Amino acid sequence: MTDSSTATPNPFGELRQGVFPSILKDPHADETTQPFWDAAADGRLVATRCTNCGTFRIPPAPYCYACQHTDTEWVELPGTGTIYTFTIVRHPLAPDLAPTVPYASGVIELDGTQGAGARMICNIVDVDVETVQIGDRVEIVWERVSDTMSTPRVRPIGGPPGAGA
Amino acid sequence: MSIKDQAAVVGVGATPYYKRGQSYPQSELEMACKATLLALEDAGLTINDLDGFAIYSYSCDPAQVASTLGVPEVRFAASLTSGGGGCAGALGLAAAAIHGGMANVCVTLMTLQQHKRRLGGSAVDGVLAYATMSEGGGAYGGSGIGPSVAFTANNGLLSPGHSFSLLTKRHMHQYGTKREHMAEVVMSSRENAIRRPLTALNRKPLTIDDYFNARMISDPLCLLDYTMESDGAVAVITVSAERARDLRQPPVYIMGSAHGGTGRWGPAIFRYFQAPDDEFASSGHRPVAKRVYEMAGITPGDVDVALLYDHFSPMVIMQLEDYGFCGIGEGGPFVADGNIRWGTGSIPVNTHGGNLSEAYIIGMTHVREAVEQLRGVAVNQVEDAEIALVTGGPASLPVSATLLRR
Repeated sequence: MTDSSTATPNPFGELRQGVFPSILKDPHADETTQPFWDAAADGRLVATRCTNCGTFRIPPAPYCYACQHTDTEWVELPGTGTIYTFTIVRHPLAPDLAPTVPYASGVIELDGTQGAGARMICNIVDVDVETVQIGDRVEIVWERVSDTMSTPRVRPIGGPPGAGA
Repeated sequence: MSIKDQAAVVGVGATPYYKRGQSYPQSELEMACKATLLALEDAGLTINDLDGFAIYSYSCDPAQVASTLGVPEVRFAASLTSGGGGCAGALGLAAAAIHGGMANVCVTLMTLQQHKRRLGGSAVDGVLAYATMSEGGGAYGGSGIGPSVAFTANNGLLSPGHSFSLLTKRHMHQYGTKREHMAEVVMSSRENAIRRPLTALNRKPLTIDDYFNARMISDPLCLLDYTMESDGAVAVITVSAERARDLRQPPVYIMGSAHGGTGRWGPAIFRYFQAPDDEFASSGHRPVAKRVYEMAGITPGDVDVALLYDHFSPMVIMQLEDYGFCGIGEGGPFVADGNIRWGTGSIPVNTHGGNLSEAYIIGMTHVREAVEQLRGVAVNQVEDAEIALVTGGPASLPVSATLLRR
């Protein structure tokens, strides 16, 4: 397996433990989602907010679930948040993904929003998965996947425990 | 006006249950027909009496079944939307069709063969197939990926087990639920299955050590917390309460049936997990539970046996809470105290062994067991059982419940 000249290349590319590969290389955006990916390419997190009642919604949706208005504005968020819940995937989705496990992924409540409407589900990277806890503070890191897409992931604020400054 | 006590389940039919893929080379259509004919025969009816299909999860194509079996005239053909969450509620659909005068004899059925496909694998296979083919265009080129998919595709959570792990982890965090509690659900189901050699696919004795040594899939859910993967078909026949009295089997009356859920639960599972905080760590069944008890005019204390959809063991714990057998957040200690055990518990649960140990035919095994309990012919018979609760889901909306009585 160490002889790279004879090994079959992994269809998911180069894999490392803890990181689920960005299997989607393009956001397949439409006009309602393109601003999110434009900002992402720029390393910024933005979300749509209802101009009538202020409720956030990710991903963008045609109606506000709280007041049924349609108009939204794009708001830049701090890009930090709190782990609401998570799982540690220890058995890979497919044999080719074995090098990625264990990895942690979870639901992140984003700072600057009101919770449920603006949660994101992200792979939690740069961390010893065994130490992840609900309530941990995290920040978004963008993985540049292609010219059109940057995948949001999160990592502990301040880096992994014991990593030093 | 409601459907309360207006209709009754009068026939049950099933193929043998098989391990995943083992029903091949029968087809799903063939098994659907087989179960339907057996259910009609059980009721003392024939194919000439059948005129309605009240199904869920688009479990079969009524056109194909009706043409294959030569149903003289189909008068009702409807499915609850979404997936397995509708299994119990499809009985309510049948009752509504009959009470509303649209049909006389309805079949509700599921047929399942996982020879070429695996349930729960579709999201994974679809995205992975996309990933492997996207470089060269391939079969997915130009279509199939909607603009919202990108918000979840790369996060590594693409299977049902991943989704329910997220709910479970939150439940553990909020209420102190432990893996020992999930183990009790698994072991109780297994004990029930062990006594059912004719149907149960997994009757291997299980210890707590076996549970903790099982392969962890999506922490905190291990292999034994997951449903089995099975093949087979189960069908039941529903007619009006009046007609039921003249048929071969003792009627099992539909006291109440409800399906649905809150709008914000809809996208909660499998997608964006945006259910509000007070509903997140739940089975999503609370509004359905309230309505089904109201329609039937009973309380949780009146239920003698509960057949709770158990695709993942902690969802039994959350349903026990949401159906009022214990307080919210108390489901873990409730099962640990032995309350769901057959023979000794306050509310015996999944006396057939459930999806966890008997078979997984997307909920219809639970319906079958409810009927057998109320006929008094169950293998693990609950003494003097008069009222049974059967549920479908948690899953995407609708989830469902039906209360049955003898």
